[in-house]
Amino acid sequence: MPNVSMTVNGKAASGEVEGRTLLVGFLRDQLGLTGTHVGCDTSQCGACVVHVDGKAVKACTMLAAEADGADVKTIEGMAAPDGTLSTIQQAFQDHHGLQCGFCTPGMVMSAAALLAENASPSEQEIREYLEGNICRCTGYHNIVKAIMAAAGHDVSAIAAE
Amino acid sequence: MPKDHGIGAAPKRREDVRFLTGAGNYTDDINVRGQAYVYFLRSDVAHGRINGIDTGAAAAMPGVVRIFTGADFEGVGGMPCGWQVTDRHGEVMQEPAHPILAQGKVRHVGDPIAAIVADTLEQARDAAEAIEVDMEELPAVIDMKAALADGSTKVHDDLTSNLCYDWGFVEENRDAVDQAIKDAAHVTTLELVNNRLVANPMEPRVAVGDYNRGTDDSTLYTTSQNPHVIRLLMGAFVLGIPEHKLRVVAPDVGGGFGTKIFHYAEEAFCTFAAKACNRPVKWTASRTEAFMSDAHGRDHVTKIELALDADNNFTAVRTETHANMGAYLSTFAPSVPTWLHGTLMAGNYRTPLIYVNVKAVFTNTVPVDAYRGAGRPEATFQLERVIDKAARELGVDPIALRRQNFIQPDQFPYATPVAVEYDTGDYDATMNKLEEIADLSGFAARRAASEAKGKWRGLGVNCYIEACGIAPSNLVGQLGARAGLYESATVRVNATGGLVVMTGSHSHGQGHETTFPQVIAEMIGIDESMVEIVHGDTANTPMGMGTYGSRSIAVGGSAMVRAAEKIINKTKKIAAHLLEASEADIELKDGNFTVAGTDKSVDWGSVCLAAYVPHNYPLEDIEPGLEETAFYDPANFTYPAGAYSCEVEVDPETGKVTIERFAAADDFGNVINPMIVEGQVHGGLAQGIGQALLENCAYDETGQLLSASYMDYAMPRADDLPFYSVDHSCQTPCTHNPLGVKGCGEAGAIGSPPAVVNAVIDALHSGGKTGVLHIDMPLSPDRVWAAMQ
Ligand code: FES
Ligand code: FES
Repeated sequence: MPNVSMTVNGKAASGEVEGRTLLVGFLRDQLGLTGTHVGCDTSQCGACVVHVDGKAVKACTMLAAEADGADVKTIEGMAAPDGTLSTIQQAFQDHHGLQCGFCTPGMVMSAAALLAENASPSEQEIREYLEGNICRCTGYHNIVKAIMAAAGHDVSAIAAE
Repeated sequence: MPKDHGIGAAPKRREDVRFLTGAGNYTDDINVRGQAYVYFLRSDVAHGRINGIDTGAAAAMPGVVRIFTGADFEGVGGMPCGWQVTDRHGEVMQEPAHPILAQGKVRHVGDPIAAIVADTLEQARDAAEAIEVDMEELPAVIDMKAALADGSTKVHDDLTSNLCYDWGFVEENRDAVDQAIKDAAHVTTLELVNNRLVANPMEPRVAVGDYNRGTDDSTLYTTSQNPHVIRLLMGAFVLGIPEHKLRVVAPDVGGGFGTKIFHYAEEAFCTFAAKACNRPVKWTASRTEAFMSDAHGRDHVTKIELALDADNNFTAVRTETHANMGAYLSTFAPSVPTWLHGTLMAGNYRTPLIYVNVKAVFTNTVPVDAYRGAGRPEATFQLERVIDKAARELGVDPIALRRQNFIQPDQFPYATPVAVEYDTGDYDATMNKLEEIADLSGFAARRAASEAKGKWRGLGVNCYIEACGIAPSNLVGQLGARAGLYESATVRVNATGGLVVMTGSHSHGQGHETTFPQVIAEMIGIDESMVEIVHGDTANTPMGMGTYGSRSIAVGGSAMVRAAEKIINKTKKIAAHLLEASEADIELKDGNFTVAGTDKSVDWGSVCLAAYVPHNYPLEDIEPGLEETAFYDPANFTYPAGAYSCEVEVDPETGKVTIERFAAADDFGNVINPMIVEGQVHGGLAQGIGQALLENCAYDETGQLLSASYMDYAMPRADDLPFYSVDHSCQTPCTHNPLGVKGCGEAGAIGSPPAVVNAVIDALHSGGKTGVLHIDMPLSPDRVWAAMQ
């Protein structure tokens, strides 16, 4: 079985994988990083989004072998080492942008990638960017609001708390 | 000033930090040392006779531990049904056997035929391909009316027909309703479909069975909304394991929406196989598997008639519904089209005579059971659609027609003709609030602006009422429930004053770890951080019925209040002893016990310590320690109600509908945490709007499931939905539970579909553009466009 090595959340990680092992399987089963979730089998839901070399990637569509040598960041690597939440994580908590939490890692990773590309996205740009992330709990209201807040928009006029 | 603490405050959710950092513990994150994996070989035909299964080659494949078929379960109970409906002739429903693995026949696409346990999932899957099934395909029964026709193929050979039951409610009213409809000045009739949906919590179902040979204990980790219910059903009715030898754990659960209430064959299988193989056995559903094995929702076909007198007062409602049960009875399936649906047909109105007929039908499809709202969305949709149609036929304002027929505030408690008694409500108040937050007076200008862009704009308004806080046990027992529907809580106070609440309620997104402590903090006057909530494990929570039917705060919260009251009573006795005062004079406020009218006091922590270090303690009167349990059985349902509005734009070129505005004015009684209440409404609205515009679970006539992935089943995405305007400031507190709460989890999904459809119909009528009176959900561009032609 081939050996892969990569940097995951700033630390060297390696392991033997089968050719068909997906990146999400390597992260969850071999590295024990279970924050990255699997919600579908057709690359539609976005629960598995991680960053590979700074880009948002659905970890269910990429083979572990393809990430050999890459710099991977997962939800476990988003907060500061002392546990302080990143701006986007904190905005999700402040604006109740999560309920069951299952879509949340993928949402946070997608939102972080969006803000890295576009520091001040409009509501419409956020909604369009989240095309590949499904949330069944929140109705998206508070997710969009949280991302707008993280981007520095004044969200106080948006309906509700 | 909004409160920053206790009931009515909106503290940030404490569960969020673990979910936001990848530290949640969902069932699929659990791996037990030495576990094997199971893959289910499922039927790819809707109906067939199994003439033989050859597992020989598969069993010899690498890594295979054991292969199970229906024959391995002949001595084991089948999947039980928790509700027995009695039909209009006094006969009990037809109740077919539901084996864990198919025995003799398969009855829907996805019905499990064999289970392969292997060292890895890939090995199990590879071995499944080597199993030879000699399957004789049979004609499939998909359409409900065809299923009831004479000579139809039967889904179950040992039943007399495909009719599960023919239910009439209230049967004694039948003739009077018929007469009232004959005598009416106007009768509006509507035939409609409440489309089949798939709940689709984002976390697929998972089960991990574990068996301890040393102690003969079994443990099941599972994605459930109610671990105690699973333990009881699986232990007592399926596998014959006594409760004290069986532990069920439902850790962090990634959404449920009803579909994780039920006891599923995969749970029983993993528990059984762990013992049979002497190895932990894990199953994780793929999404495709979820589509063909999670219980589906809705799927009613209804004809409703609304009778009005010459002054437009509602005089009678008569309905006839065909409700799809699928191939087997899922755990609570029979209750959904009956007691959760027929009892709501009065809606918010004074209609004096109501008759509901429901024919529940077996078909070769996945079983159908409760999905967010469960019966109440179906009731609301037909009633609010037929009222809208009546207003259009009569040329009256749909809001005015509703207001004219509302039950009035001074009529509560109000006994409906369909067996329920609403305790409180004020339907004009929520309608007034809706008109304000939705800016309905500005609609004409917004319509003109849409028209100027070439779009047709419509406004839809409706009301809803629901019955939740499920449910009084003696009542549901009379109605056919084979369970009680109380809830439980144990409050354990530690020696240094911190508390643990062990609740039978289960949180899978609702935020109980945040809201339940708010209640305790309010009662004792301490900080929420001193209270921990434990749920989801039968080993450390009292027997409770779990979370569904918007029951957690109304029933589970009430149990917690009752247990906390017992604690407070005991601590007052201890404080009285310590302060050498009479118990009647002790007051508890802000975490301090004081003697009324004096400056003598002792704090909460000192009293708790005294209970565990009882050196100076009234041991002759009370026991040491501070731990109390309460079981709370509600006296009635609770009745949240409200008024919703939707504004849509329809593109006349394509038929595409966009939601421009959505407003919801709800009365949930008292509110513990407004942030969480609003989040619950948002999520419900998205699911209701999804049903109305996007979602549809479709079978072809041979019983192939056409929507078995997110490629074919249209889940609402961020770009399909607007910001919602929601309000819960109209509050008529529930009169029969200690918190005055009604529950908010299902309202959004119940109230929103008719608003969307009413809005689209309004758009198609604006300026006399078309005469379209109804389109069945989902209102996809092709359906809308076709209706416009
Ligand atoms: S699991 Fe990767 S997109 Fe759904
Ligand atoms: S929070 Fe549950 S799926 Fe998004």
